[in-house]
Amino acid sequence: MYVPGNNPGLLKDAHIYGADALMFDLEDSVSLQEKDTARFLVFNALLSIDYEGTETVVRVNSLETPYGRDDFEAIVRAKPDTIRLPKTEEAEEVKEADLLIGEIEGKAGIELGTIKLMAALESARGIVNAYDIATASPRLVALALGAEDFVADIKTSRSSEGCELLFARSQVLIAARAARLFALDTVFSDLKDQAAFAREVEYIKQLGFDGKSVLHPRQVETVHRIYTPTRTEIEQARRIITAMQEAEQKGAGVISLDQQMIDKPIVERAQRVLALAEATGMNKEDGGR
Amino acid sequence: MMNRNILKREIPLAIKGIGKLRPYQGSNIEEQRGIVSNSFSGKSKLGHDLEQAIVATGLKDGMTVSFHHHFRNGDYIVNMVMAAIARLGIKDITLASSSLSSVHAPLIEQIRQGVVTRIETSGIRGELAEAISNGLLELPVIIRSHGGRARAIESGQLVIDVAFLGVSSCDRYGNANGFSGKSVCGSLGYAMVDADYAKRVVLITDNVVDYPNLPISISQTKVDLVVQVAEVGDPQGIMSGATRLTNNPRELLIARQAARFIDLAGYLTDGFAMQTGSGGASLAVTSFLRELMKKKKITASFALGGITQQLVDLHQEGLVDNLFDTQSFDLRTAQSLCRNPHHYEIDASFYANPFNKGCLVDRLDFVILSALEVDLDFNVNVITGSDGVIMGASGGHCDTAAGANLSIVVAPLLRGRIPTIIERVNTIVTPGQTIDVIITDRGTAVNPLRRELIERVIDARFPLCTIEELKEKAEQITGKPRPIEYGDRVVGLVEYRDGTIIDIIRQVK
Amino acid sequence: MELKKTGMAGTLESSDILVVIEPKNSEGIDILLESVVIKQFGDQIRKIISNTLRELGINQVIVRANDKGALDCVIKARVQAAVSRATGSKECFWRVVES
Repeated sequence: MYVPGNNPGLLKDAHIYGADALMFDLEDSVSLQEKDTARFLVFNALLSIDYEGTETVVRVNSLETPYGRDDFEAIVRAKPDTIRLPKTEEAEEVKEADLLIGEIEGKAGIELGTIKLMAALESARGIVNAYDIATASPRLVALALGAEDFVADIKTSRSSEGCELLFARSQVLIAARAARLFALDTVFSDLKDQAAFAREVEYIKQLGFDGKSVLHPRQVETVHRIYTPTRTEIEQARRIITAMQEAEQKGAGVISLDQQMIDKPIVERAQRVLALAEATGMNKEDGGR
Repeated sequence: MMNRNILKREIPLAIKGIGKLRPYQGSNIEEQRGIVSNSFSGKSKLGHDLEQAIVATGLKDGMTVSFHHHFRNGDYIVNMVMAAIARLGIKDITLASSSLSSVHAPLIEQIRQGVVTRIETSGIRGELAEAISNGLLELPVIIRSHGGRARAIESGQLVIDVAFLGVSSCDRYGNANGFSGKSVCGSLGYAMVDADYAKRVVLITDNVVDYPNLPISISQTKVDLVVQVAEVGDPQGIMSGATRLTNNPRELLIARQAARFIDLAGYLTDGFAMQTGSGGASLAVTSFLRELMKKKKITASFALGGITQQLVDLHQEGLVDNLFDTQSFDLRTAQSLCRNPHHYEIDASFYANPFNKGCLVDRLDFVILSALEVDLDFNVNVITGSDGVIMGASGGHCDTAAGANLSIVVAPLLRGRIPTIIERVNTIVTPGQTIDVIITDRGTAVNPLRRELIERVIDARFPLCTIEELKEKAEQITGKPRPIEYGDRVVGLVEYRDGTIIDIIRQVK
Repeated sequence: MELKKTGMAGTLESSDILVVIEPKNSEGIDILLESVVIKQFGDQIRKIISNTLRELGINQVIVRANDKGALDCVIKARVQAAVSRATGSKECFWRVVES
């Protein structure tokens, strides 16, 4: 979930709405005059506020801007889990960021490689270079699509069906999968239209995305609801895992359940379902559909 | 021994076992009527301006006048009447209003001039509250709950000499309601008790209608005089839109948790009774409950108290069978009260007086309450701010908490830098023994006295923490607030609903 | 660090604090504080402001602050930002605040 970097009221406990990660923004939501104050604010918030285990991400300004370098100098020292590079177009930018982070980690006495990176692709060039970008640094953990700038760049606008984004989404997803990174979808900005938002979440889940960036707490619940496996799915996944463990114990080469052979992709999917169930709290609370 | 009456019939002077008999003296019985006006023709109680009416009631130095707060922050009546009383040179008045708002700041001047020397109310806000907290009044203000006020009036603890009651519509003979005109307020529940028990009753309206004015909330049998004025209030302030559904994600989060808690604790069963209040989070609870009720295919027997359009919607959808309305928070509620037979206007005594023969709060399954502060013993403060200054109202808080089977406090853990959960509340309005659970945006704590409730919700896998943990969490974020320093002077007495003093409010330094 | 001019940071929004920092000719940190929570947290806010300034080596300064219930980390951030604007410095800044 995006959290504007210059809003003290939102910074103090944005994690209570259940987002899996908070993304403190120093980039587009902060005016040019307040780049410095937002940087100080996010820096101090990360150092002193307990976000109770919620992953922290900071979207810094690009190194091409006058603010990027200062952002890195400050934010790396505040040790968020991840730094998000905006408007990434080439692998070189990721490598440059990787080196800079390493340099600052060294100066600040932080173990090398602590801070992870996420690259946001928001232009035609970025999308074309997706796989190069995805493999540019061992710090990279995820690729994200930023659609607002992207649709402007390809000279169109966003529609409810999202046909204009199909190629970009597929490209980001395939590149991320090929590089074993997470794939995250872009925001949906009409906060009032919850139904359309839910349809889009269903759609990107089916495409294969691991999650979606959201702008508002009320969107968090929808994403979780849609990503939460159903009880039947969880039950089936548990049975598959049990069958696999039994087969392992017996030393059987082939796993079978209900007279059907279970192969590796099925086991992996079952593991994913259980991980999701854990992440969305299905094992703790009475959520689910 | 016989006597002749005016019609020359012989009437015995007395009959053994019955006593003395009074012979008929003619059909002009004005002198004997219990009303104030000797110009009264039996057709109209109109005709006085406000000052004339005050004079006619015989209001004197040292007497008690009363008001209601159905016009909320749009009220013109209190200021208008007190200004007239001041002009007449009357002093040393006890002002007993069902509540006071920030609009009543002009009372500060009347207190300085000795016109008002005592105040009894449910709440005070704004500049007047600050001035009183700083020692403006010689005698402490008496804070009563809505049920406690009805009890005080009915028991004779609070004797009202003259009630000045603003009404949205009234006929010439004193039948009034809150349903029509430019200053609609809906229920007149708090005013009804005053009308029943005050020695003199003056209705003030900006909307005189043809006789008879139905439906009747306050009837002609209670009313001495009707005074017509240009405006009784500011419609914007009366229906301030305070009950629009919140978009605030924090309030929605708390509300969702509260609805879930009620459900998992087993209180959402067919035919339940509830009070949900009008604060941001408590209002939102109503809409989450609606979803749950539809899903479970159950209906509520009644909703009570301050009624909002969200509850009216539930009633009209058939999800809540009856509405008992002491105070209508918006225009749609007022219209529904006038139109829907099972949306029923009740007075404050029926609502919450603990000493009548059965008030409605006792029938509640659950109530959603707000809080300024809650302490480790679950005592709740809704009257003084974290700086010790009076800023709120007792309302029906302690009445409903005592009556309902499950009393739920909803509040954010922090307001700005101020923690809600603290070691000791500045002022106790509602005792912790009557509070069952506090639900915040950062966790939920059940009163350890309710062991069985704790087990039930833990079994239902609702995440709980202790109130100490909530306090710790808050202080980790804000730091420990310094306790407020008070002077020695007592500026307020807080009555519990039975009339005993549960706490005092001291002057702030 | 030396203050070259007046520096201002923050807003009057709830949970924020507006901090104005001016150089002073004599030794000492003068703090003129308004706060909605002055009774409960006035001392704590003053302490955070002066500690933050001392960490940055600033001892000759007048601070005007209008607090709307900011947390300590927000106060610190706003003071640092105001100092950074008043000194025109950011180069050595992160190393200073590192400790």
